[in-house]
Amino acid sequence: MSDPINLIANWLRNLLATWGFSPGLINIVLALLGVLVIAVFVLLLDVFLVWVERKVVARFQDRLGPNRLGPFGLIQPIADVIKLLIKEDITPRGADRIIYNLAPILAFATVITLWAVIPFSHSLIGSDLNVAVLYIVAVGALGTLGIIMAGWASNNKFALIGAFRTVSQVVSYEVPMVISLLIPVILAHSMSIQDIVYSQNIWNILLAPLAALIIFITAIAELGRAPFDLIEAESEIVAGFNIEYTGMKFGLFYAGELLHALTMGALFSSLFLGGWRGPFVDQIPILGVFYLLLKSFLIYWAIMWVKYSMPRIRIDHLLNFGWKFLTPLALVMVLVTAILDKAMENMSTLVYTSGMLAANIIIIWLTVILLRSYAKTERKRVAEPKPVARPDLAARRS
Amino acid sequence: MQSQDWLFIGIFLMIAPIFPIIALLIPYLIAPKKPNPIKDQAYECGMETVGDTWVQFKVQYYIFALAFLIFDVETVFLFPWAVAYGQLPFYAVFEGVLFVVILAAGLVYLWRKDALKWV
Repeated sequence: MSDPINLIANWLRNLLATWGFSPGLINIVLALLGVLVIAVFVLLLDVFLVWVERKVVARFQDRLGPNRLGPFGLIQPIADVIKLLIKEDITPRGADRIIYNLAPILAFATVITLWAVIPFSHSLIGSDLNVAVLYIVAVGALGTLGIIMAGWASNNKFALIGAFRTVSQVVSYEVPMVISLLIPVILAHSMSIQDIVYSQNIWNILLAPLAALIIFITAIAELGRAPFDLIEAESEIVAGFNIEYTGMKFGLFYAGELLHALTMGALFSSLFLGGWRGPFVDQIPILGVFYLLLKSFLIYWAIMWVKYSMPRIRIDHLLNFGWKFLTPLALVMVLVTAILDKAMENMSTLVYTSGMLAANIIIIWLTVILLRSYAKTERKRVAEPKPVARPDLAARRS
Repeated sequence: MQSQDWLFIGIFLMIAPIFPIIALLIPYLIAPKKPNPIKDQAYECGMETVGDTWVQFKVQYYIFALAFLIFDVETVFLFPWAVAYGQLPFYAVFEGVLFVVILAAGLVYLWRKDALKWV
């Protein structure tokens, strides 16, 4: 056994048994300890993420970023936390106090809870649920509820507009995401994330690159990050749902968003990039944690890359993109994957993989052709003269 | 083993809110508190806020929520089909395909009815 965590767990189980604990109680104590370990690990990651985010943004914008406190500015996030903790907390007049205070707690707690089902190695997993994919979708949506509560309870019209936009945005992008999640489930014949990781002798991203792309885009939309950051568009509605939040309450929203982005990275790498699997992981299981974090940070970095290179998308374009492009594409992908998987059931791995990849490439090609013709008609439609209130003035101007 | 899994989730759901609650409790104890009416005003554009904030919202959002509800519920029915995929005979796969086509027909109906148009 070269797996320290399981070794400690077994040692504790035996120790508690010799102390005369009943088996049920031992299970509860061990589960409690496991929860604390995962939650503290995730919180430490979160503090680190603040530094990563600020440093990478700075690099994208050709700045240096935090570099005064400690080596490479590594102590900066701790200074940030202290500043947030001792800041005055302002509650706007007329706010719904209970919901107002509950919103940041809900937004942050749900993100931590998502880590319960993400496997770190073949024995290191919080809980190997057999419905983990549905669990992720359900708990992920609860975080959105926190944003809606914040916008509603703040007694501020900009915050309310932000909350409304969240509803339409998350509701629209949840559909293609849930449909695309079917594809890894079909490939693995299981909803448990651990089973999905086990099934990836060939990474799913080779078998279903389009599904991976759809999940990547919808994950950014679920996070409410640029280019889908209409819920906190600074230039339109100041800060959206968190406009009235100060101090640590704002800090919880901020930290929750960063952690959610990394969680999406971990989920994406578990579903499509083989999760904790990598060289030598069978001999040294603890390496799995390293591989998972490496892949998650890669995806996290890609999300940041998109965020800092793209302009914000307009709301009608956003909804059109979700409903009229991603949803039909996801439905087509489910059909193609289902039929091909059944048709090539007994063929060799090489034929299976190249068949899936070829099907994806053909669909990408067809989609690009369709998009081009759509763009052409749309350009024509937009360029057409619009009816005006004073035709005589319009005629004189042109 | 199954009950152990759900026990873990249950404990996690109870423990997870404790961390943000602690994070909010510390500033409650040590941060300065000097509220005054001007400070507590809503932060909006350069005027004092007019009228009630909690208005009835636009019906457009409601239609998107309805469409979402239909699609999400139908997709949930597809998950058991996807899990049992390995043991399915070909006609069951065909039935799943039929179901997805009906789903797509619903989408086309919504599209043609202009329910997906932002106004």
